[in-house]
Amino acid sequence: MDLTKLRAQFPTLEQTLEGYPLCYLDTAATSQKPQRVMDAMVQYYEKDNANVHRAAHQLSSRATSQYEAVRDTLTRFINAERREEIIFTHGTTEAINMVAYGLTAHIKKGDLILIDTAAHHANIVPWQQLAQRTGAIIKPIPLTSECRLDETAYDALLQDKPAIVALSHVSNALGTLNPVHSLIARAKQAGALTLVDGAQAIAHLAVDVRSIDCDFYVFSAHKMYGPTGVGVLYGRYEILDTLAPMMTGGEMIKSVSFEATEFNILPNRLEAGTPPIAEVIGLGEAIAFIDELPRTETCRVENELICYLQSQLEQLGDIILYGAHQDNVGAVAFNLAGEHHQDVGILLDQQGIAVRCGHHCAMPLMLSLQIKGCCRASVGVYTSKDDIDSFITALTSVKELLL
Amino acid sequence: MSQAVQPATEEFLALKLDSSEILPLFDNANNWQERYRQIMLLGKALPKLDEEFRVEQAQVRGCESNAWLYHCEIEGKHYFLADSDARIVKGLVALLLAACHGKSSEEIATFDIEGYFDRLGLTGQLSPSRTNGLFALAKAIKASA
Repeated sequence: MDLTKLRAQFPTLEQTLEGYPLCYLDTAATSQKPQRVMDAMVQYYEKDNANVHRAAHQLSSRATSQYEAVRDTLTRFINAERREEIIFTHGTTEAINMVAYGLTAHIKKGDLILIDTAAHHANIVPWQQLAQRTGAIIKPIPLTSECRLDETAYDALLQDKPAIVALSHVSNALGTLNPVHSLIARAKQAGALTLVDGAQAIAHLAVDVRSIDCDFYVFSAHKMYGPTGVGVLYGRYEILDTLAPMMTGGEMIKSVSFEATEFNILPNRLEAGTPPIAEVIGLGEAIAFIDELPRTETCRVENELICYLQSQLEQLGDIILYGAHQDNVGAVAFNLAGEHHQDVGILLDQQGIAVRCGHHCAMPLMLSLQIKGCCRASVGVYTSKDDIDSFITALTSVKELLL
Repeated sequence: MSQAVQPATEEFLALKLDSSEILPLFDNANNWQERYRQIMLLGKALPKLDEEFRVEQAQVRGCESNAWLYHCEIEGKHYFLADSDARIVKGLVALLLAACHGKSSEEIATFDIEGYFDRLGLTGQLSPSRTNGLFALAKAIKASA
């Protein structure tokens, strides 16, 4: 894989910030976009712009074909069984909200909902709201001292026959990987419905929803080299078909009268209103970009970068790593001993280094780590060893200045 | 600003900060390291607020770190005390206070905060999109004066 050629596809990477070349290590927040994704979206607006599913004319027919083709692409990309199992949403957050809202009638008072302690707020708050509506009980699945999901505690919690188990595939704050295949198998055995938040996994790992065997798998386009404003809700057909729609209106109906409205069938039933058409087309192009990468090699290279990053941070000294394991995916979390993560972030920014510093929308995780926040460096296909070296050099200057 | 707790008036008056003394320090700074060293020194000069004053009512929103602001008016002049649990943020806060501490409402209202930060070589730090809280703090100071 020629990294120079690959990087050249990402125009944002080619810039300097007050004399320092941009070193983008914030892919876990959002990835940069290859030119072809932007071109595909512009092409739609320039040539094919029309609303979908109302193909009375040629433009609309073209737009609809392109839009629906992405559903087919996604069906293959994550190995879903049927194209109707792919619902376009505005992102991971909306997808989880749709599931938590749609399951309201399935849940009764006293039902148990298990949530990964490392979960992003988007995989916590919608369940809390569901619990408030229904009287269900939320229990966090604890972590081990190594920041891994505590499987012994998990098995014990499964004894109580939870109704729902919500997991992250990869933790957004730490980059830790959950063994979702085995966790889901055990949850299903206990009779739970299962959701996996794949936002941080989808760009880095080959995801096979049938092999994971979860009921729902959700992710966002913008973390996988696609545009913002679009995401995917995968749902196993039988259960997806029972979700009450969170949004109602146009597109999702079969017939409407003031006496009674009949909803459309999947996937339209869960896609009310005009969808983000250009963004869906952009997502399709992002998948084409990923498909053309030598996936096994990219995974290996990304993993090598993560391990290199961890070892360089350790060598630097005065660094506290959180949940750093060799199988981490995409991200490394750390603090500079005794220093506030925001100070570190401000000083790294002075040197053109883009990292995320904060609670990473995972306050319960921060609480369990007994920290206010941390810094997170994250990588993508365009990240080079030079990026890691620049980052370490910059962090050395920060250390000199602060300590 | 209505607050349940408030540091003593003497503490406000004891704080000596003046932007005219600060600006030369930054004019002489050759690089960002020098600027941020000065910022941290300024942060150190700002007294630490006692635990009893590090309370939610005094907290400045929009700041990733914790920052607290107190204000009092004495004979038509405005005095401030502030603190943060992040050192650079505290220094940036001190820079902001230096521009407003001991000034009249009119002086504060007409003070060009953005121009001041530009001159300090810190353009961008005052942007509302930053999580350092300076924008919110500047708004709070202007609102209190």
